[in-house]
Amino acid sequence: MYKFAKVLAFTAVAALFASPLFHSSKALASGGAEPLKEVSWNHSGPFGTFDRAALQRGLQVYREVCSGCHGLRFIAFRNLLEIGLKEAEAKAIAAEYTMMDGPNDEGEMYERPGKLFDYMPSPFDNEKAARASNNGAFPPDLSLMAKARFGGESYIYSLLLGYEEEAPEGVTLAEGMAYNRYFPGHQIAMGPPIDDEAVEYVDGTAPTKEQIAKDVSTFLMWAAEPALEQRKRMGVKVILFLIVLTIVLYGVKRKVWADLH
Amino acid sequence: MSGHSSFQSNNAIINWIEYRLPIFGFINDSLVVYPTPKNLNYWWNMGSLAGVMLVLQIVTGIILAMHYTPHADLAFASTEHIMRDVNYGWMMRYMHANGGSMFFIVVYIHIFRGMYYGSYKAPRELLWWLGIIIFILMMATAFMGYVLPWGQMSFWGATVITNLFSAVPLVGEEIVAWLWGGFAVAQPTLNRFYSLHYLLPFVIFAVVFIHLWALHVHKSNNPLGIDIKGPQDTIPFHPYYTVKDLYGMGIFGIIFAWLLFFAPNLLGEPDNYIPANPLVTPTHIVPEWYFLPFYAILRAVPDKLFGVIAMFASLFILFALPWLDTSKVRSARFRPVYKMLFWAFFINCFVLGYIGGKPAEGIFIIVGRLSTVLYFLFFLVLPFIGWFERPRKLPESISTAVLESSGGGGSSDGAPDGAAAKAEDRG
Ligand code: HEC
Ligand code: HEM
Repeated sequence: MYKFAKVLAFTAVAALFASPLFHSSKALASGGAEPLKEVSWNHSGPFGTFDRAALQRGLQVYREVCSGCHGLRFIAFRNLLEIGLKEAEAKAIAAEYTMMDGPNDEGEMYERPGKLFDYMPSPFDNEKAARASNNGAFPPDLSLMAKARFGGESYIYSLLLGYEEEAPEGVTLAEGMAYNRYFPGHQIAMGPPIDDEAVEYVDGTAPTKEQIAKDVSTFLMWAAEPALEQRKRMGVKVILFLIVLTIVLYGVKRKVWADLH
Repeated sequence: MSGHSSFQSNNAIINWIEYRLPIFGFINDSLVVYPTPKNLNYWWNMGSLAGVMLVLQIVTGIILAMHYTPHADLAFASTEHIMRDVNYGWMMRYMHANGGSMFFIVVYIHIFRGMYYGSYKAPRELLWWLGIIIFILMMATAFMGYVLPWGQMSFWGATVITNLFSAVPLVGEEIVAWLWGGFAVAQPTLNRFYSLHYLLPFVIFAVVFIHLWALHVHKSNNPLGIDIKGPQDTIPFHPYYTVKDLYGMGIFGIIFAWLLFFAPNLLGEPDNYIPANPLVTPTHIVPEWYFLPFYAILRAVPDKLFGVIAMFASLFILFALPWLDTSKVRSARFRPVYKMLFWAFFINCFVLGYIGGKPAEGIFIIVGRLSTVLYFLFFLVLPFIGWFERPRKLPESISTAVLESSGGGGSSDGAPDGAAAKAEDRG
């Protein structure tokens, strides 16, 4: 068992050694901003699963607030079934949007209500249009946002709650900018998108701004990594299997080598 | 792979084939009866692990290639399509991306192992050379693979690295335009990188084959660094090392699976989840972690051309190692001075890696330059060490050393410096 322990110890040391290396750019990415808010996510850890109710509330926040400026282009309406929506509900949501389709047999493009296979339409036709309506700033697509920033969903959560009414002394905000403690450089072109009661939850949850931020961040994590639950479930099984297999192999190895000495 | 096999089977069909194509004898000679030093420790597991990783990269890569589209407008979305819509596509992609990292970890350990135990010395110089060629090909492959998902880091990493060639005097700009297939990293670049990324692993496969061919002529080196003197020094590869390698693969598999299933983006850059945008430069362009030490050397030199030269030199100097090391003794276990030097070099490589991930400013520049000098200093002082160092007494043979240290069970598979792993060997 000594050698086994030694290999494990080595790996641990190597991992320790290497981990600051991998995280090295993390601190600097936030541009010297303060550390992110601590949030406990239901989906973190090896056994984590998404909080379904939070996902559905998050969808509501996205649709009622964020979707005015941000697209979610990798999410199709059919994907909403994965967060626990009934098929009829997902169809109803899809049907609220108008899609351009065609050409039909006459060669004309035509409009029709959205179907399950359609993707979430983006609020603007192109980047130019988005910038024109946002004071020159571009609201990025949110599909992968929770993986595209250091800190992921905790960053989004902190960002949404990190606004200051007034910039600290000595900082002059540019025209149309807001002060945010977590945004790199602190000047962000997105005004505070949420506040208490920004939405009225259909499930009756009290819509504090913390609650809203947490729900929409959870939802965006799901949007970025829809296979998260499947991945973790499988991971637990695979690792348990490998541990048993490795112990058996260790026994076989000892037995085979025993006759050498 | 050399000489004629003495392989004989009871099976007539096998003998019929063997007479015409001695493939069973070949397998028997190189994987079954193949004589292996009896004292190899766990650092010798890395070779077979690297082989497994190469095959895994090829298998997952071929599956990814079935769903991936090498087009500047579609590559990013097709990667997301793999992640979201292809059955177990997320697993294939995370396996491939993290598999690349694990492959490099294994190969780095493999190389350091070779340096510690002097495996590059005569008669294994060509074996060592082939290994470095594999390493360089791997770097090229991984670099081009990282461009394929066409995220911000893909694009800007490719831009920075290909731009290095513009430092070549006179024809630099022409070379870069030729590499790009245009005047910037764009569709032609992506398309050719995809083609080469698909090709190179098979070239690596071929070089691995030659690497093993060379290995099997003079057999494995061992922790004592002394030659095999006779059959009493060796054991057949199967079952001893097959089972030991399998056990090692189990441990490795657990670490890999942990990364793959619980932290698949730990080693990646968040910026690569932003689609490539030629108009927006990321604040910090960092290559994949396995390039960081070389990246640090590149940036340590203030002049672009000399930075590039230093970076390539840091890699190519490894080819000269067998001749820079003038000591006849292979293993660092018996070389007190070299051993210290080795560990200094080892730690310095981590420092370089750390610096490579930091912005080039302030203290990081100073440390980076110092580490770069230390890196090359290792190779410069190496010849002198061999002349003045007084090595410890070498054991007579592998088998006597094994008998001495085992004292009633347990081989001397010590930690690298555990030559005298006696009392502590049982736990
Ligand atoms: C009025 C339009 C508008 C609304 C509504 C809006 N945003 Fe934004 N958002 C923007 C703009 C503009 C930017 C770009 C900011 C910049 O780059 O300075 C942005 C940027 C972001 C970013 C990226 C910050 C970064 O690190 O680059 C996130 C995350 C984000 N928004 C989340 C949200 C969420 C979640 C909601 C819904 C609760 C939301 N936004 C609602 C306009 C909006
Ligand atoms: C030496 C072996 C190989 C190494 C080290 C390697 C490495 C890599 C790396 C680092 C990436 C980027 C992963 C990411 O960040 O998403 C990548 C992507 C890719 N590789 Fe490989 N690869 C190897 C072999 C292959 C082979 C043989 C194929 C095809 C047959 C292949 C096909 C692909 C494809 C299609 C992608 C793009 C999809 C993606 O980004 O996940 N690879 N490779």
